[in-house]
Amino acid sequence: MAIGPDAAISAPRFEAAAAPALSGAGWRRLWRLKWGMGGAAIFLAIVLSAVCAPWIAPHDPLVVDIRHRMAPPAWMEGGAREHPLGTDQIGRDLLSRVIWGGRVSLVVGVTAVLLSSTIGILFGLAAGYFGGRLDWSIMTFINVMLTFPFVLLALAVIAVLGPSMPNMIIVLGVTGWPVYARVVRAETLALREREFVLAARALGGSHARIVFRQILPNLISPIVVIATLQIAQVIILESFLSFLGLGVQPPTPAWGNMLGEGRVYMLNSWWIAAFPGLAIFVTTLVINLIGNALRDWLDPHMKL
Amino acid sequence: MRRYIAHQLVQLVVVILGISILAFSILHVIGDPVTLLLPQNAGKEEYERYKHLMGLDQPVWVQYWKFASRAVQGDFGKSWYGNAPAFGLVIERMPPTIYLTLAGLGVALLIALPLGVIAALKRHSVIDTLCTLLAVAGQAMPIFWLGIMLIIIFAVRLKLLPASGYGTWQNFIMPAFCLGAFLAPLTMRLVRSGIIEVMSMEFIKTARAKGVGERMVILKHAFRNACIPVVTVLGLQFGQLLGGAFITETVFAWPGVATLTVDSIRNQDFPVVQCAVVLLALIIVFVNAIVDLVVGLIDPRIRAA
Repeated sequence: MAIGPDAAISAPRFEAAAAPALSGAGWRRLWRLKWGMGGAAIFLAIVLSAVCAPWIAPHDPLVVDIRHRMAPPAWMEGGAREHPLGTDQIGRDLLSRVIWGGRVSLVVGVTAVLLSSTIGILFGLAAGYFGGRLDWSIMTFINVMLTFPFVLLALAVIAVLGPSMPNMIIVLGVTGWPVYARVVRAETLALREREFVLAARALGGSHARIVFRQILPNLISPIVVIATLQIAQVIILESFLSFLGLGVQPPTPAWGNMLGEGRVYMLNSWWIAAFPGLAIFVTTLVINLIGNALRDWLDPHMKL
Repeated sequence: MRRYIAHQLVQLVVVILGISILAFSILHVIGDPVTLLLPQNAGKEEYERYKHLMGLDQPVWVQYWKFASRAVQGDFGKSWYGNAPAFGLVIERMPPTIYLTLAGLGVALLIALPLGVIAALKRHSVIDTLCTLLAVAGQAMPIFWLGIMLIIIFAVRLKLLPASGYGTWQNFIMPAFCLGAFLAPLTMRLVRSGIIEVMSMEFIKTARAKGVGERMVILKHAFRNACIPVVTVLGLQFGQLLGGAFITETVFAWPGVATLTVDSIRNQDFPVVQCAVVLLALIIVFVNAIVDLVVGLIDPRIRAA
């Protein structure tokens, strides 16, 4: 746990049950960690390719080449080697667009999750630590928010704000926080009565100090796991909004809007829709693998 | 039991109130209906006149009260686009959405129940591993992409099924499968862990000791008891299911509430969007309340908590 030596002394961690010997469950954990490692490697490759897009993409993702439009992937009949995944309806290189499109999804996914986890942690800590009416109000707010399907809420807000990438980050960030708040609140409720918190209070520690120095460091594991899994959810949702034309606007390449454009041409050119979608699928899959492995590694008894 | 019901009712009222406030503030606090409605080159005078005309110069709580008291009577205003009452437009599109949701739930159960039980009984076997893999992959699958791939394979290539549309049973197959695939992974994991937990209980040992056949032990004793958590979580996941139906509809041009909402967003037709959001949220709230009530009736442990 990387919470710093200082935090480790002032806030003893919840002791997990003794690590199981390598019985069935132990092997299972290792097996899942292996998948997590594999997932992490692929994820790293995706991140690197998105970061290095200007250098590794074979073509400019925005350059139109009408003469070579709807060229199939290289391995199919009529495919050219210079366009490994083929071209789209106006001749832009699909591989280059898929590589560039990763930037949008990763940036939106990570920033929206940072935003929503911050909001959720603050609400959850406040509700769990102070309790009473504040807890009741926040819990009611959480219940109302959780009633709406995430998609519906995000759509309704984007309809009013108008489609753009910053708006999408705000919408996904501001609508995604209840998941964190609920878990943080429940854990805080339990921690509030533990000896080390009572001791800190007896020593005259301020509320802020107790909440952020004693309680929060103990919540890092579940927060990290939820945040990781949430990145995948946000990427899917972001792609869906762009797919509907309510997210990142063309010509900026994003997996979602490429899929949305490609859908129109699926009668003749399946590859235009297939590859961006495959990119979304692989990315969310490896993020989920990492999240599951993190959960098993940090605390196999975590109920998430 | 009476206290439990009373508590649930209070909760219900508060949540409905919250939904109405949220739906109201999305349009009136985050956005500004006047600028949304007027053309971009409208002058300041025209802006003020419209603002007054729509009653938007009154204090926010007066506006909210007006909105809420009309909404209770099913009056969400008229569509800015077609001039028909928004409520009627949304209600008209409700049945296809509900049918799709039910069909998707059916498919999910059809996939998840047998796989979950088998995975639990043959724990750590190849089948269990395969099921886990399938679940992890299924959860990562963006269903709008799955839908498009299904259309490309079964409608465009094999010409077996209609790509979109509504009315015949063939129209149901791909959307229902798509939605089922969305819900099945979670359901399967619930069934699996439910069965695993139940199988280690004393009453299973008792049943076996009595000489009850293994099939009966699983079907009658284990399965029934494993159903309680599955029903609870599925009920609470109803919102997710409806969200999934929402996404599925837009892929298959299904004539339900979702396509209406997305079209209305494109046309900037906010009364319809607002009405659809409120009605869908209400359905979810009522389904959740009913599930809570039923589970509370079946399982006294939950009432106490």
